[in-house]
Amino acid sequence: MEELAGRPKSLTEQEFHYCPGCTHGIVHRLVAEVIDELDIQEQTIGIAPVGCAVLAYDYFDLDMLEAAHGRPPAVATGIKRVHPDKVVFTYQGDGDYASIGTAESVHAASRGERITTVFINNAIYGMTGGQMAPTTLEGQKATTAPRGRDTKEAGFPLQMSEMLATLEGAVYVARVSVDTPQRIKQAKEAIKKAFKVQLKGLGYALVEVLSTCPTNWGLSPQQALDWLEDNMIPYYPLGELKSVGEVE
Amino acid sequence: MSDKILMKGNEAIAEAAIRAGCTHFFGYPITPQNELPAYMAEKLPEQGGVFLQAESEVAAINMVYGASAAGARVMTSSSSPGISLKAEGISYIAGAELPCVIVNMVRAGPGLGGIGPSQSDYFQATKGMAHGDFRLAVLAPDSVQEAVDLTRQAFDIADKYRNPVMILGDGVIGQMMEPVEFKEIDSPELPEKDWIVDGAEGRERNIIHSLRLKTEDLTEHNWKLARKYEQMQEDEVRYEEKLMDDAEVAIVAYGTTARVVKTAIKEARAEGIKVGLIRPISLFPFPKKVIKKAAQQVDCFLTVEMSTGQMVEDVRLAVNGERSVAFYGSPGGAVPSPAEILVKLKEVME
Repeated sequence: MEELAGRPKSLTEQEFHYCPGCTHGIVHRLVAEVIDELDIQEQTIGIAPVGCAVLAYDYFDLDMLEAAHGRPPAVATGIKRVHPDKVVFTYQGDGDYASIGTAESVHAASRGERITTVFINNAIYGMTGGQMAPTTLEGQKATTAPRGRDTKEAGFPLQMSEMLATLEGAVYVARVSVDTPQRIKQAKEAIKKAFKVQLKGLGYALVEVLSTCPTNWGLSPQQALDWLEDNMIPYYPLGELKSVGEVE
Repeated sequence: MSDKILMKGNEAIAEAAIRAGCTHFFGYPITPQNELPAYMAEKLPEQGGVFLQAESEVAAINMVYGASAAGARVMTSSSSPGISLKAEGISYIAGAELPCVIVNMVRAGPGLGGIGPSQSDYFQATKGMAHGDFRLAVLAPDSVQEAVDLTRQAFDIADKYRNPVMILGDGVIGQMMEPVEFKEIDSPELPEKDWIVDGAEGRERNIIHSLRLKTEDLTEHNWKLARKYEQMQEDEVRYEEKLMDDAEVAIVAYGTTARVVKTAIKEARAEGIKVGLIRPISLFPFPKKVIKKAAQQVDCFLTVEMSTGQMVEDVRLAVNGERSVAFYGSPGGAVPSPAEILVKLKEVME
């Protein structure tokens, strides 16, 4: 009997620890499917962040490494410079990639490191319990912004993709969302392209994935999907911000 | 015919690292170690290696983490304020049990301090580098030749124990030119690197991490690290004794300071003072046994450091109250003179 659906080879049997309605699981699956389809499981090294996805090394059935908070792009640089023929990706949240690790993110992109970053933007700190993230929207409540983010005090939400798209070394920058089946499909295409860009040695590739955090947003999973659509997408527009055309 | 060539300490360490098989170097500029990365930038690419100037010390040490995890012999170098920035990464490297060599050409602190030679990072190097229960092996050369020899040994110690090793010098060791010889040394037998991440081709996957959420796992891991450090105490203690046979006073000093102390001892001996030197070469593991033994022989100790008194605490621990341990320090970035040390020595002997 033909199996029409199943667990991607590049995921382990370990059950995800993510909260109900969290979209990390979807993105893990997409990354694993892409690795399977490109047939690069045995040449890929993944780097887990500090944040909700810190245990990603238990979920991806790959050589994996856990890095300090915000440092995955630097760690990935070290690995890639030793094994330029291997595939290296970082999987990072908004605190990791856009706050404490901003310097590492910007400079890895600027150097055009041949690595791929999957950047989960859910506009909140998840693991530590709902603090304000660099990507928290204006007016959005967080434990450290109890009256909502006041841009006069806390500044403005950081649009990482727009910022990094200005850099020569970042050759592929796309923002996707996983709130609908159609967008999940588009997200997978973008992630695949970001890995292909690396396989071709073209430069740094970034896919920002708008993601939900029902637990810390204080919403049900369905409400969270609606909130993402209504609030995040207007500020974080979807699409390829920078592309290299077709990559085969 | 001698194969000696005249080299600056910083450059000689870089050359020794390359000869030890170091293929990757990641660093960030800071005085007084700049000749070391510059030498690497010149030489490493010629040999198929990689030199990369990182955007920060933080990034540099995390590149070291990645390159080491990927299986390379890797080095970074810096000076005190930069080492403080690397401290986070060093803790992760130790926690993940990765080998690497870190050079610290110490300058006087705290804060931005000055650029003069100093030994004020002894505590940081040997005890308080960063959060968590871990140690570095710390080697402190007192000459360019010894810096070369220890650099080679540092890579082997790092691989043997899967632990970061620090070469601790200062501006004098780094900037001074001396004749050096790069001796051909056979590699010791080292454990196979079967733990690296390079894509799990035809083998079980490897995971490199320092996170251990289960208390029993972390407890076991930390005791495992502790046993490595105990093993270092057994096998990696390095020191020099000079004129200790008949000594009534022992001066304990390391690195640049020990060189000056040697001159002071020569002058003291000419005056009939029976003084000898114990020079720790490995600061961790600390040569406590030789100091403990000397406590049975000498009347008192004098520790001389370019700090307000750091290694002296380890000397006192080793002496364990059996004899008095005096201290003389120069904490501002100046090397003490032999005359100053001689005055202090006479004062101590009264």
